Amino acid sequence: MPEQLIYAMEVFLNGLMAGVLYALVALGFVLIFKASGIFNYAQGVMALFSALTLVGIMDGQVPFSHIINAVFGTEIHHFGWHVPALLAILLTMAVMVLFAWLVQRYIFKHLVGQEPIILFMATIGLAYFLEGVGDLMWGSEIKKLDVGLPQGINLPIETFTDGIFGYGFFIGNLDLVATAIAILLVAALVIFSQYSKEGRAMRAVADDHQAALSVGVSLNFIWIMVWSVAGFVALVAGIMWGTNSGVQFSLSLIALKALPVLMLGGFTSIPGAIVGGLIIGVGEKLFEFAIGPMVGGATENWFAYVLALIFLVFRPQGLFGEKIIERV
Amino acid sequence: MLDQTEGYVTEDGRKIGGVVMEMKNITLRFGGVVAIKDISFDIRQGEIRAIIGPNGAGKSSMLNVISGFYVPQEGQVLFNGKPRPQMRPYEVAQQGIARTFQNIALFEGMSVLDNIMTGRLNKMSSSIFSQAIWRGKAEREEVENREKAERIIDFLEIQHIRKTPVSRLPYGLKKRVELARALVAEPNLLLLDEPMAGMNVEEKEDMSRFILDVNDEFGTTIALIEHDMGVVMDLSDRVVVMDYGKKIGDGTPSEIRNNQAVIDAYLGVAHD
Repeated sequence: MPEQLIYAMEVFLNGLMAGVLYALVALGFVLIFKASGIFNYAQGVMALFSALTLVGIMDGQVPFSHIINAVFGTEIHHFGWHVPALLAILLTMAVMVLFAWLVQRYIFKHLVGQEPIILFMATIGLAYFLEGVGDLMWGSEIKKLDVGLPQGINLPIETFTDGIFGYGFFIGNLDLVATAIAILLVAALVIFSQYSKEGRAMRAVADDHQAALSVGVSLNFIWIMVWSVAGFVALVAGIMWGTNSGVQFSLSLIALKALPVLMLGGFTSIPGAIVGGLIIGVGEKLFEFAIGPMVGGATENWFAYVLALIFLVFRPQGLFGEKIIERV
Repeated sequence: MLDQTEGYVTEDGRKIGGVVMEMKNITLRFGGVVAIKDISFDIRQGEIRAIIGPNGAGKSSMLNVISGFYVPQEGQVLFNGKPRPQMRPYEVAQQGIARTFQNIALFEGMSVLDNIMTGRLNKMSSSIFSQAIWRGKAEREEVENREKAERIIDFLEIQHIRKTPVSRLPYGLKKRVELARALVAEPNLLLLDEPMAGMNVEEKEDMSRFILDVNDEFGTTIALIEHDMGVVMDLSDRVVVMDYGKKIGDGTPSEIRNNQAVIDAYLGVAHD
């Protein structure tokens, strides 16, 4: 097999893995958008915030320690304990549920029936607010996140491919775990929304508010639930990105990469988010590999957006989105 | 005068029970517009109660007050003899009051069967964990709900469209699916907002037959709004007539037919 093709295969696999992470963020967007018509700009910041909270809880950091110390002249930073990863994840999830409740109670409850653009603006505000709160609560330095996920290169794959191609593929353990978790997560979400009572109610709310009310579904409860689920998805994404590259504020920028993913997959489709994520992940890696050297590299920064632009022109509803037909 | 507890016997010999729902001096305003003005009436166990009136009389508003979508500024709603506190629409639905809408509110993206199954959401009490492992209560409930849904599907003769997405159905069938979704909840009180609006004669006859059969077979108490006077007079046991937000008549169809105020409201009256 020609060497170029073998490299391309490795790049392809790595692209798939990167795509899974994009898909995870996009998934959070789709969930909220489907159920409430809100395009949640804050999804990326939610991933950041949940990762910050997780690290903070694990390290026993005192939240708002800067303010507390400044006001009371104290010097406290740590509680002096370490919380095991699993417990910390559960606690972080509780924080995200509380966050979901607060968002619904104090923001979107008052904006029911408003124009989509107003809801969107509210989430932009929410994004900056949450970023600020994250900073105040846990500090702005880059933090290391280690919940015990395996890292480094996967040796079995390397030796296996080395035996076949005479070249060992460089696939990260973390990427493999992320892929497995993403598959599980998507399967769980699909089963939940198709077969559980709450899932059915969620689909009902996504489809028609009035009809949902008339069969006895509380919109408020469902919206809090959806924001909680989106918070959970954000937490998973936050853990993956945080473990990979440290918990830092640039994490919120991955939200921007989710935009082209959504344009490709369609804003209302869970499978769309996954497929879109994979296409962008693979596409940008392969493009960088094949075309990058000719144009001086760094194509990963813009490839996704150009692809999304092409989609907007030829298929604006995305691959799996609902086609909007206006009857006149 | 009707007895408060005993009920009455209809012209066709059905026994009607005590008061299920009583509206007492309801007034509903939208800003300066008075949609409903000091209206009182009751709905009795097992009867078909119609609310009629010209366009803009406040009929739909009345139905929306009963189902909790509107909150009246004055007056009281008594359900099963007890004053009902202010409730949200989903809480009203959970109390066993199901409804359909004038402009059909179905879940367009779901199949007919899925739509009807949402009508059973309130009857599900198994925990999310029981549902996750699909054992015990969750499984029993699902089987039971499915049986109930199939029974209603048979009853309303929509077997052939069970798996069809609702968005592909013609108007008349959508109306029927909406009725099925309301029925499957086994409501104490069924509210129908213009169940026959926009239908042709044949569809109207079908729908009338279904409404009568539902009342007959399940003993469901039904309150409906309808424009077609012929249909209303055939279907209902008692009729409330509204005009400009006020009640101008209340009684059996034959009483309403001879009510001068009602005739004036419908045919117009000479102003000199």
